[in-house]
Amino acid sequence: MASGLQLSREELLVAYRRMRTIRDFEDKVHEEFSAGNIPGFVHLYAGEEASAVGFCMHLDDRDAIASTHRGHGHSIAKGCDVEGMMHEIFGRKDGLCGGKGGSMHIADLSKGMLGANGIVGAGAPLICGAALTAKTLGTGGVAVCFVGDGGSNQGTTLESYNLAKVWNLPAIFVVEDNGYAESTASAWSVGGSQVGRGKGFGLATHEVDGFDFFAVFDTAAEAIELARSGGGPSLVHMKLARHYGHFEGDAMTYRAADEVAALKAESDPLTIFRQRVTETAILNGADLDEIDGAVQTEIDRCVANAKDAAMPTESDLLTDVYVSY
Amino acid sequence: MSKKSYRQAIAEALTQEMRRDPRVVIMGEDIAGGLGAPGEDDAWGGPLGVTKGLMAEFGRERVLDTPISESAFVGAAAGAAATGLRPVAELMFVDFMGVCFDQIFNQAAKFRYMFGGKAVTPMVVRTMYGAGFRAASQHSQCLYPLFTHIPGLKVALPSNAYEAKGLLTQAIRDDDPVIFFEHKAMYDMEMEVPDEPYAIAFGEANVTREGDDVTIIAFGRMVNLANEAADNLAKNGVTCTVVDPRTTSPLDRETILETAEETGRVVVVDEAHPRCSMASDIAGLVAEEAFGALKAPIKLVTAPHAPVPFSPALEDIYIPSVAKIEAAVTEIVEYGEKAAAE
Repeated sequence: MASGLQLSREELLVAYRRMRTIRDFEDKVHEEFSAGNIPGFVHLYAGEEASAVGFCMHLDDRDAIASTHRGHGHSIAKGCDVEGMMHEIFGRKDGLCGGKGGSMHIADLSKGMLGANGIVGAGAPLICGAALTAKTLGTGGVAVCFVGDGGSNQGTTLESYNLAKVWNLPAIFVVEDNGYAESTASAWSVGGSQVGRGKGFGLATHEVDGFDFFAVFDTAAEAIELARSGGGPSLVHMKLARHYGHFEGDAMTYRAADEVAALKAESDPLTIFRQRVTETAILNGADLDEIDGAVQTEIDRCVANAKDAAMPTESDLLTDVYVSY
Repeated sequence: MSKKSYRQAIAEALTQEMRRDPRVVIMGEDIAGGLGAPGEDDAWGGPLGVTKGLMAEFGRERVLDTPISESAFVGAAAGAAATGLRPVAELMFVDFMGVCFDQIFNQAAKFRYMFGGKAVTPMVVRTMYGAGFRAASQHSQCLYPLFTHIPGLKVALPSNAYEAKGLLTQAIRDDDPVIFFEHKAMYDMEMEVPDEPYAIAFGEANVTREGDDVTIIAFGRMVNLANEAADNLAKNGVTCTVVDPRTTSPLDRETILETAEETGRVVVVDEAHPRCSMASDIAGLVAEEAFGALKAPIKLVTAPHAPVPFSPALEDIYIPSVAKIEAAVTEIVEYGEKAAAE
């Protein structure tokens, strides 16, 4: 498979647009949540865009992903309808999940997006199941579990490494280590190392700079190729960081005073992407500026429409508990 | 039609549905057994031999032995169901739900609702329940009330071999997640069971006895005890209607209420603990919806609010018995007579 820097101009524009969409989506949700316009619990993915997009650029609708409570980025990267997502986060009837799921449960199975998940570590077993489906039905699909450093300590995740190995599943576990499980540092909470854990279960392992789209893209290519060819599961330790708190409203007093500012200045995946593609003259700044403007307009439109959209009504309360009952 | 055990009836439903639909796979600990070991392959067919022989017909690709990792494989069943398979996972003992319940009640049960009706999760968890095996507190519980409590799950409790085959066939064909409870003391019970595939609809109670004096509503294995009690009581002129709801979710409220109103006296027999049980659930339903028809208090015959004991001397008095059911019926039949005498 081609290295990320050999991607076509069109593919690079798609990748950048997706990352920019995630960033603007999250920045806008932050703004609207702060203004009191969004109910419930919201966890933002800004700063981690290269991970979701670098992986999902390799996936299509036969492939499945499971996400976390921090799921907006994975959903956008996997092709969920962005406006439907925004309506969902605002609790609207025409949201992607009819307003029944909200930020923590955004899903679209037709896109292979098995859901953001309110239970930390719950996605890994589900991905074993999706991978089993692909293997049993011979679809050629793979299944990717995004799990945080916090979720990496759940028994479900570790059991799933083992099950994926003994069933030789086309599964990939992407441990997005943003440095903190809620307010607790992964440096403290993770015994051993992520890669060491993967090796312990016999998985192919990688450690990758999650700020660098191209590094992610190349690593993902390798892990996905292994899975598609029947070579079994991989673990990718993705080192990255989030721009916002664990949840919206988190004062982040556990972080160093200058940490987020330094992160934005030195390790922003969008800035790094821009530098790489303009330095190598594959794209020019104007190409990217044009996307920036278009995405901003698009996200503003999604928010405006979401605010105007109808709420669900009492007649929606008891629908879709069962297929039949 | 031929005589089959509860065990054979379950195996027949699995076999016929696996032949009918290539998307049906089964998974569980030692569900074939002997994997990777030097001796016999398909060594166990599950701990009580229910799935023995399925591996020979369907292969290791569809009869999936698992590590002892209930969270991982029950969750995998949920993920597989949401993506196009129709898995039947075997949770060896329902007592082990403690290590995998999240995957059932926060994941499989909620996908459809949380995802706005776009998810279909056709999975079955077959599990063994019930006391009587001297298996003590962690291998003898009933626990079906806990699953019945959860919207999004269906719960089936077959009371004999005929019911087991028909309800399991329905469970596998059903598009919602189903928890299928097999009582470990019934696997060798035999009766006539049709050879051809058939499904018994969920939420439609079976009235196994018809009488005038008392309605006994019983669940799972307790249906057999209720039938026996009814037959004994009939010899003394007390006739009972016995209702087997077959599924606790959905629940056939109509049949329960109609039969309760017909006799005006209700006994509920539930092998689970009494608090927040099917017994208390049915009592609440009848009290709320059929109060005016009642001639006597509703009586509950259940296990006590205590873990299942090991010692045979204790376990035998722990489990609801035919004698306890008869005593409850007699008590409420006499209730009106006593009141009249006073």
